[in-house]
Amino acid sequence: MKFTGTKNYVSTEDLSMAVNATIALERPLIIKGEPGTGKTLLAIEVAESLGMELIEWHIKSTTKASQGLYEYDAVTRLRDSQLGDERVKDIKNYIKKGKLWEAFESDKQVVLLIDEIDKADIEFPNDLLQELDRMEFYCYETGETIKAKKRPLIIITSNNEKELPDAFLRRCFFHYIQFPDRPTMEGIVKVHYPKIKKALVKDALDLFFDVRKIPGMKKKPSTSELIDWLKLLMSDELPDEILKNADTSKAIPPLYGALLKNEQDVQLLERLAFMSRRDQAK
Amino acid sequence: MLINLFHTVRSSGVPCTLRELLDLLGALEKNLAFADMEDFYFLSRTILVKDEKNYDKFDRAFEIYFKGIETLEDIFEALIPEDWLRKAFEKELDPEELKKIQSLGGLEKLLEEFKKRLEEQKERHEGGNKWIGTNGTSPFGNNGQNPEGVRVGGEGGQKKAVKVWEQRQFQNLDDSVEIGTRNIKVALRRLRKFARQSTDYELDMDGTIKSTARNAGILDINMIPERTNHVKVLIFFDVGGSMDPYIKLCEELFSALKTEFKHLKYFYFHNCVYESVWEDNRRRTQERFLVQDIINKYSADYKVIFVGDATMAPYEITNAGGSIEHWNEEPGGATIKRLCEHFDRAAWLNPVPDDHWDYTSSLCIIRELMDNRMFPLTLKGLEEGMSELSK
Repeated sequence: MKFTGTKNYVSTEDLSMAVNATIALERPLIIKGEPGTGKTLLAIEVAESLGMELIEWHIKSTTKASQGLYEYDAVTRLRDSQLGDERVKDIKNYIKKGKLWEAFESDKQVVLLIDEIDKADIEFPNDLLQELDRMEFYCYETGETIKAKKRPLIIITSNNEKELPDAFLRRCFFHYIQFPDRPTMEGIVKVHYPKIKKALVKDALDLFFDVRKIPGMKKKPSTSELIDWLKLLMSDELPDEILKNADTSKAIPPLYGALLKNEQDVQLLERLAFMSRRDQAK
Repeated sequence: MLINLFHTVRSSGVPCTLRELLDLLGALEKNLAFADMEDFYFLSRTILVKDEKNYDKFDRAFEIYFKGIETLEDIFEALIPEDWLRKAFEKELDPEELKKIQSLGGLEKLLEEFKKRLEEQKERHEGGNKWIGTNGTSPFGNNGQNPEGVRVGGEGGQKKAVKVWEQRQFQNLDDSVEIGTRNIKVALRRLRKFARQSTDYELDMDGTIKSTARNAGILDINMIPERTNHVKVLIFFDVGGSMDPYIKLCEELFSALKTEFKHLKYFYFHNCVYESVWEDNRRRTQERFLVQDIINKYSADYKVIFVGDATMAPYEITNAGGSIEHWNEEPGGATIKRLCEHFDRAAWLNPVPDDHWDYTSSLCIIRELMDNRMFPLTLKGLEEGMSELSK
């Protein structure tokens, strides 16, 4: 079982190694990187290429670790008991299984994605230490221990909004997805738009990396923005020259809305363009 | 069994433990990286390093280890702060000078000399002809003109690096004193004070069970308010003049504060707090708030944070009429004193590095006024400041 990327996903050598280490040693893998470098997509693609089911657990600021295990619906049970419902006799009817339980219970090995773990409270990872380490937990209400039949492949993504605790990190493998260099980027574009014109890719990438180089940007455009932008460029069937003539220092790129997500960045770019035009007029 | 590699990595400052070493050995046993140096590099990095800011340290340690240098002094060499070597300007030597410095002895002699000088030298160095640094004519350093020199860090001229770890791609991620919005937020979390106030909209499980039991089994649902952060913060920002270099830092602090605290009021002042402050920088002349009103309006349990460099002429604090913008009836120091007396907890965050504090007399005066509750605007300082405020 080896992961080397899929037809939809370009994996660099170091990323493949990290995923393969995770598969071999059955340890959770933490993925960090700039937004838009394909962290969440990785889990989806790994699941697909290995032919495993994917269970996604999206974390919000209000998510508690215990929700991933199970929730005991005491209120419904109380109500049922008042109404004399038969179901009330079995406590199992009121235990709602969480994503971890689902993953542990599965007969086949699954991929469990814990998405954006940094969104939760700082204590969240600490509450999952034992569960992720031993891949088992105890359900107090029913008195049973839920043990993973097959240790799931756990992929955790983080946007680095909060530091993760050391004890948690010790139990995981770590990979930082670096912003792709030009050849990798060309590969990624080819995967998404196999029929795109070579010249367009070249000009678009020139422009894209130029924009990324501008200092003081609030949010640099990343891979997913580039892909969206190319889609727009293609669908608009712009004349070929428009990109060539669009030197970032002279004018802001066409359809910039897909690349820049912050009005301050657009203003910055416009200002730079204006200054450069003014200098040339002199 | 890679114990030497493990020690090299650890002593270069990457925090890894025995557990990770065992993981690495386990991975090797499964033949994940067999007889391929690059694979091994990727594998060991995945397992041993848990934060991208340590990638660069790891790269350096890896290089040292696999060049067969095993003494600790060489690790010391790898830890030369990068900014010593940063290229600042290009310096050209005329050919005559070049000739003069040619040939300083063999390579081994050079290395030996390097270590000796490195031990003597404790600061960043640039130019000159002896110390290690950039643009000099000393045989050690970068961008220099000594033809027999040893290159240390920096851009490598024509030579293209062969190995991944030698490229040191993650150099700029290694930033031990980085302070950004999210780090600030983590530090600000120390100031949390949870309390249940406002309307009830969470089920009180314990209360419900208790009162249901008391009700002879007939359901009696109890609600309680949600736990929220109830700390109240009042901030005074110094704007303009000498604060301009710190705009970005203050922006980050401000945006972190805004998302972290629900009860947050902020005001601006220039250089020193006088009898009035303002809330909107564009309308600072039209719309002013009297400090006395602020004291009356906000209760003593508000935490007060001043952000400013406290760098000005001493009379701007100590004298009536000392303000550079208007005639103040009362010295600025008295206003600060009054604020500190009214509010139980106050702290001053100063973007000026704390080792410079003693050289500015106005800064010392303010520090005294604040009863020494002045903290540098670094992560550590912020944490100390927050724990002072939450005492």
